[in-house]
Amino acid sequence: MVSFNLLALVSFAYVAVLFGVAFWADKQARKGKSSWLRSPLIYTLSLSIYCTAWTFYGAVGYAARSGLEYLTIYLGPTLVLVGWWWILRKLVHVGRAQRVTSIADLISSRYGKSNLLGVIVTLMAVIGTTPYIALQLQSVTLSFSVFAADQQAGWARPDLNITAFWIAAGLALFTILFGTRSLDVNERHSGVVTAIAIEAVVKLVALLAVGIFVVWGIAGGPAEIAEAIETSQMATWKMDGARWVSITFLSAAAFLTLPRMFQVLVVENANERQLATASWAFPLYLLLMSLFVLPIAVMGLKTMPEGANPDLFVLTLPLSQNREGLAMLSFLGGFSSATSMVIVAAIALSTMVSNHIVMPLWLWARRANPGASQSGDLRRFVLISRRLAIGGILLLGYAYYRFSGGGAALAAIGLISFTGVAQVLPALLGGLFWRGATRTGAAAGLISGFVLWAYTLYLPSFGADGIISSKMLADGPWGWGWLRPQALFGLGGIDPVVHALFWSMIANTTAFFAFSLGSFPTPLERLQSAQFVHALPQNTPSRSSLIGSGGAEDLLVLSQRIMGPVQAQTLFENHAKRQGKDGYLPDPTPDFIERLERELAGLVGAATAHAMIGPVVGGVAVSVDDLMAVADEAQQVLEYSTRLEAQSEELSRTARQLSSANDKLTQLSVQKDAFLSQISHELRTPMTSIRAFSEILAEREQALTPDERHKYATIIQDETIRLTRLLDDLLDLSVLENGQVSLDFQPVYLHDVIDRAEVACMSFLGAQKLVIHREKGNEAISLYTDTGRLAQVFINLVSNAAKYNRAAAPRLDIRISLREGRVLVDLIDNGDVIPVEKRALIFEKFSRLSDQAAAGSAGLGLAICREIMGKLGGRVDYLPGQGGAAFRVTLPLSDPKIRDNS
Amino acid sequence: MGNQVLLVEDEPNIIEAVGFILARDGWAVATHANGETAMDEIRRVCPDVLVLDVMLPGRSGFEVLKDLRADADLHALPVLMLTARGQDKDRDLAEKLGATRFMTKPFSNADLLDAVRKIATS
Repeated sequence: MVSFNLLALVSFAYVAVLFGVAFWADKQARKGKSSWLRSPLIYTLSLSIYCTAWTFYGAVGYAARSGLEYLTIYLGPTLVLVGWWWILRKLVHVGRAQRVTSIADLISSRYGKSNLLGVIVTLMAVIGTTPYIALQLQSVTLSFSVFAADQQAGWARPDLNITAFWIAAGLALFTILFGTRSLDVNERHSGVVTAIAIEAVVKLVALLAVGIFVVWGIAGGPAEIAEAIETSQMATWKMDGARWVSITFLSAAAFLTLPRMFQVLVVENANERQLATASWAFPLYLLLMSLFVLPIAVMGLKTMPEGANPDLFVLTLPLSQNREGLAMLSFLGGFSSATSMVIVAAIALSTMVSNHIVMPLWLWARRANPGASQSGDLRRFVLISRRLAIGGILLLGYAYYRFSGGGAALAAIGLISFTGVAQVLPALLGGLFWRGATRTGAAAGLISGFVLWAYTLYLPSFGADGIISSKMLADGPWGWGWLRPQALFGLGGIDPVVHALFWSMIANTTAFFAFSLGSFPTPLERLQSAQFVHALPQNTPSRSSLIGSGGAEDLLVLSQRIMGPVQAQTLFENHAKRQGKDGYLPDPTPDFIERLERELAGLVGAATAHAMIGPVVGGVAVSVDDLMAVADEAQQVLEYSTRLEAQSEELSRTARQLSSANDKLTQLSVQKDAFLSQISHELRTPMTSIRAFSEILAEREQALTPDERHKYATIIQDETIRLTRLLDDLLDLSVLENGQVSLDFQPVYLHDVIDRAEVACMSFLGAQKLVIHREKGNEAISLYTDTGRLAQVFINLVSNAAKYNRAAAPRLDIRISLREGRVLVDLIDNGDVIPVEKRALIFEKFSRLSDQAAAGSAGLGLAICREIMGKLGGRVDYLPGQGGAAFRVTLPLSDPKIRDNS
Repeated sequence: MGNQVLLVEDEPNIIEAVGFILARDGWAVATHANGETAMDEIRRVCPDVLVLDVMLPGRSGFEVLKDLRADADLHALPVLMLTARGQDKDRDLAEKLGATRFMTKPFSNADLLDAVRKIATS
């Protein structure tokens, strides 16, 4: 006896296991131990979201009604995969190279980062996918009800609507938890993909188990099945050529253009090796999935009572034989098919909605006030918008389920949905293979195809008098017979799907070509089309001239808000290094900007990234160089010019290095000159007071009051101490610079060193109101270093923050992070930012930003810090883009080898 | 000849010392510690002698001197320049800009008094 509670319990337990797997896989991926997560096997299995509940349950029903036609659904994807080398390889390559986040993003990016196209494809995808989600909800609730029908006793028949609602809510929760955990540059979801791979195995095993049971358990073996087929109505079934071709084409197109398929096929793809394996392994999977469909259908028709729903034979056949365990497995298989489809579809759609609808609206709302967009963490905003989108999409699916009454209309929705998303195909293929395809053409094709699809197939699918009146269906609008939705231009009497596919594809493709030929692409479109169409041999020239006046620092601020500080700083640091520069701010060369824009596109979509970077770099996004590069005539000289470009890049890098070295030498020479003058000043100033007061005391001692005598003696004493400290600092620096310093390395915890510095600073800063915010939780890092020297560095930085921070409520944040075996300690205050031109100088001797001899400083502190950090195997740098003065101390992590040797 | 001295200097202890020495000698001493606002202060105080440091916050003593010599009312004001850097080029610059006297820190109290008295009467 399978009670409702048991069934619910098994479902919950299954979902809990999936949760566990997804959580574990996410954690592995985060730790970087994800090599097997990227194995071709997992990739192939994740493609199985193509097989939804519609195929799991529906294929048997399909076979029972239409014989072998169900094979077309598997035939399309098989053709695409076997021929992967021609289309898929390029699609995946371009998708990865351009950091494409969704099919809408691909279309938008290809046609000049047009957000209009992004919105069109997003809306089409939402409209086309919602009924499909409803279909999955229906299949799960139906399979629940099968158990209910079977066990009249003990089952309080559950309300199907409520069941569907809770399933939708649970799926939303799972998707939000694992689909939007973080904003990842690669937009990959290891947890979800792994869970889906498991579901793929479950549904395959379930279907195979039911099939084996039917062939050898119910029937007496293959021979008996063959005989049953001979005698059943299927033997008389006739093949409809038009439908075969149409549906095979549809399923092949949908395999490429369904948002969820694009997500697993392109976005989640990690390397081309996965594709090569999937090209034979996935057709094999499909073969296994379809192997027992016919036997189950035949035996269902033969043994089940008249009028039994053939869509549910996979469940009802085992139940009728009292095989409850098998039925349960079969239930889980169907459950897996439905849930994995909904989860991936929701992730894909939410990315599209957030990148192409929410973010552009947000940018538009902020256009009047660009200053306001400089603050805050955008990642949170993006994640929240995606979470809301997921909730909204599942709610839409549920609403559609309720609205359509969960009836037979839903069963036909699979092919209707396929026809809808297939409208993207001309723009997609044209974009990949035809330089002449333009944005206008793509928009015209998409819109006309979509409108015809809606008119001839989608709207009529709500049934007579659903949305289109039965009168209009029969006679056409205003009685114009040639506009009858299901018999356009008198082409009646054929299958509605074939009819709709025929007209919509003709209109779509014609409009796409006609408008493409009749319109002229914008420069950005030309650039993008070159990158997409000529993607495989890498021939985009590297460019080196500076464009725009975009401040690298503004770009860093922007990127930090979208990628997070760690990713952004690493990207900037690496690129600066490649340009031969130190620090975190590379020159904003077109190369760098292109790279950065692509990285950002991986998070918020190409159009949005382009719109965000545009204002920062000054709007000159396409240079004359770019136009030259995309001009077809230039193709001949491209290779030669690429070589020249490489040389000139090399030269300009060397020139940059030379010029930067020269600048530094000139500055150093000036500084060396100033050094003596500075030393003289720093020594003579205290001496002036000492000499004057000592003469006063010596000559006029009798005339002075005891108070005056005491005061003047104290001044002499203070100035002597100041002199001594100056000499100490100078000697310290000289020792450090000459490498004569002896360091006392010992194991210590970072928090102890910072504690020590904080206590020391508080004691001599006294009444200073600087508030220090620390992350004590992160400071428990063991170091192997010279504790005293390291503390000296922190004391210097903290006291600088106290001395020079002129904010009303001075505050210093000390943040710790780990990166590549190094500890990063960031000291960020809320005072004035140090001007760019001064940043290289502050670490030099006697460089004070203000002329004031504030608190008796001689301007040696940071120079000493830099020397010390060099000796400790780390460094100290100015950290740009933090909104205040910020310094980063980089330290090597404790290395046990060093400890053993000393 | 009046006895008003204005001392423009930013080191508090040097202000204290020079102020004390001049006051003992019978001078009325006013002090100011900022280069930026020094010209306004000179116009306000109208000193008979100006003692001007070179290294000042905001504006250097040289710039103040340049303005002073270009000013119709103040171009004849006797100026004693003080510097702690003691390089020849500073002395040359001071002479070029029209400083009446130039002294390098540290100095003896007697020399300072002597210098102030001399330029006040010249």
